Amino acid sequence: MAITKARAATVTAGPHARGGIWSWITTVDHKRIGILYGTSALVFFLVGGLEALLIRAQLARPENGFVGPETYNQLFTMHGTTMVFLVAMPAAVAFFNYIVPLQIGARDVAFPRLNALSYWVFLFGGLFMNSSFLLGQAPNGGWTGYVPLTGPRFAPGLHIDFWVLGLSMLGISSILGGVNFITTIINLRAPGMRLMRMPLFTWMTLVTSFLLVTAMPVIAVALILLIFDRFFGTSFYAPAGGGDPVLWQHLFWMFGHPEVYILILPAFGMVSEVIPTFSRKPLFGYAIMVYSGILIGFIGWGVWSHHMFATGLGPIADAFFAIATMIIAIPTGVKIFNWLATMWGGSLRFSTAMLFAIGVIASFTIGGISGIMHSAAPADLQQHDTYFVVAHFHYTIFGGTILGTFAGIYYWFPKMTGRLLDERLGKWHFWLMFLGFHLTFFPMHWIGLLGMPRRIFTYYDELGLGSLNLLATIGAFTQGVAVVLFLWNLLRSRRHGVVVGPNPWNAATLEWSIPSPPPEYNFAVIPEVHSREPLWERREATPAPPAPEPAIHLPPPSHWPIVVAFGVLLTFGLFLANVWWVPLGGVALVAFGVMNWAFEPGH
Amino acid sequence: MTQAATYTHPATATGLDSWKVGFWTFIGSECLFFGSLISTYMVYKGESLVGPTSHEILNIPLTSISTFVLLTSSLMMVLALAAVQRGSRRGALLWLLLTAWFGSLFLGFQAFEFTQFYHEGLTPQKNLFGASFFVLTGFHGAHVTVGVIWLLTLWVLALRGRLGRADALKVEIAGLYWHFVDVVWIAIFTLVYLIQ
Repeated sequence: MAITKARAATVTAGPHARGGIWSWITTVDHKRIGILYGTSALVFFLVGGLEALLIRAQLARPENGFVGPETYNQLFTMHGTTMVFLVAMPAAVAFFNYIVPLQIGARDVAFPRLNALSYWVFLFGGLFMNSSFLLGQAPNGGWTGYVPLTGPRFAPGLHIDFWVLGLSMLGISSILGGVNFITTIINLRAPGMRLMRMPLFTWMTLVTSFLLVTAMPVIAVALILLIFDRFFGTSFYAPAGGGDPVLWQHLFWMFGHPEVYILILPAFGMVSEVIPTFSRKPLFGYAIMVYSGILIGFIGWGVWSHHMFATGLGPIADAFFAIATMIIAIPTGVKIFNWLATMWGGSLRFSTAMLFAIGVIASFTIGGISGIMHSAAPADLQQHDTYFVVAHFHYTIFGGTILGTFAGIYYWFPKMTGRLLDERLGKWHFWLMFLGFHLTFFPMHWIGLLGMPRRIFTYYDELGLGSLNLLATIGAFTQGVAVVLFLWNLLRSRRHGVVVGPNPWNAATLEWSIPSPPPEYNFAVIPEVHSREPLWERREATPAPPAPEPAIHLPPPSHWPIVVAFGVLLTFGLFLANVWWVPLGGVALVAFGVMNWAFEPGH
Repeated sequence: MTQAATYTHPATATGLDSWKVGFWTFIGSECLFFGSLISTYMVYKGESLVGPTSHEILNIPLTSISTFVLLTSSLMMVLALAAVQRGSRRGALLWLLLTAWFGSLFLGFQAFEFTQFYHEGLTPQKNLFGASFFVLTGFHGAHVTVGVIWLLTLWVLALRGRLGRADALKVEIAGLYWHFVDVVWIAIFTLVYLIQ
């Protein structure tokens, strides 16, 4: 494992611009693309967070007139859409990009330019969707986009057009990303990095990527049919023409339930890296952790209709999906217990990353339990569309994904920058966010059970929910303060943080064997792996230095990914012109870009 | 294209070329895409409020011919790959062009069929059958179109003498795509045309 000391390898590549905006636009380096993903996700996190604060300000007291119903609909729709597609997913993908190649001992992903394309399509899709605010016509049909609410009859104007077109772009980005990471993990592992030696985060990335490539085409079809209904006058979802809105629900949730595992599995992976590191123990039950991750991915495909108990699918369908949903709690519970068992008897270090990881265990378990309550179809009929559901999925997505991602940020920031995030500020960040989070969402269990429906812009005083709602609002603003602290920490530590070496946490996996930040080529010599914890191995004799490798060749930067991505943006954006042949202009640009891409020298 | 997989790692962990792994993954994704479109067609079968419906309008003999044409093109594709692997430039030129030609012929049949239906009053707006039929077969046709352009690009490469034995993988990947699009058509032809 003596790889950090290897002599500087010769790196040959095309004309690399080292700095400047052009070098970022044309980059195909997985680490830079990871940083682009992460930064964009952070900016969208601030946007989505601001929307959440406006929502909570409106709900702070009964019959409030802070924002009207029109604005409120746009706020909760864009809050949900942004947090799912523009924050949680790209934040995970940022770590897929930066960390996975390092964990498996690779120099890049399998298709570097495709990786850049995924990013630019995602960015353009997100900006396109949010640009609707400038026209005052942001999407307003909820993040689930139920028809007929989003059909042409009941949703005139550009609101839903922006949503359906923007989301289509994000879907394309995700499929390409999934293909790339499956290939990378299957094919670019260093010698000796067998599947059952891969770090858990890499494993969860693999499972998530499979979910991406299988779930995204389903929502693509759902969206295409909606596009046809809205732009070309078909009746896929319109009862007046014989169509059935329930088709949308099925297609949406067939995607939507795998999607929630797309959101949570990467966070599970991060927690599974952080807990062993700060417990000084290998992960308890590695194999069963891998298998339960895979099992969650599989069963995640068979539970979608538990979102539709109130649709009236009949007792047989309800029973099937209720049982499947209860079963999926088993592999999830296995993970929780294995994390606890990893900590048991370990020498624990409560760094900020560790605190966030423990926060995930505590919070996600609560979200998991309320999920089991939903799985009972008769109980779900009471809870459906109330704040109880809002409490449940924030406990899983915020308590799981967002807290888990923060654990990942504090854990891997030194790898990316060579500096630690400030631990004191980090602990303030953690406690404010953790308490603020529970203060916001725990009361929502009662608010929901007492009958307050979600997605309604206000409530009557007589319901007696004023103080609970005020509590939730106070919690939300506490989280706002925590986020400001985090931003301050991020900006300050990037310049002034404590400088650290390759392995500040004394962690076990390969990414910690190379300098922080890693050189462009990652590994001067591709390492050979002999165990699951290569850096915790004590080998009697240092192996002879490996034979010098031939010159490392890295792919040169390319501007074709952003050109093709711009073509994709035009293709979907030009639908707004409402003339059927205009989007073909975008298709032509895509074709032009792809042709040049295929024949670009050096790739 | 082959180099793309090898510049960082001389050998992959599985021994399979990355382009192949990636492309098979993509094909898996496409299966879900067409699966969802076909399912939409199936759940809406017989649900149209007005005519014309499938058994009134679908021309099975004509589509059998176009299906035969498309299936034949898959055979040409196999021969094209074999020619490139042998290093036969003439063979590659011949079979690639024939594959693309048969693919275009299929598209011609589809264009004729669409026009015919339009004149008989079937549009995507007319009823659920029209909507789900045109979207399903239209997306398949778009895939065939992409395939034809891909094949013609390879043909131009062969014409310039840039498609040697070392480039067989490029043709193999194009072949994977072409055969996949063919298999999808077999499913569509069976479920939409034959089983009414």
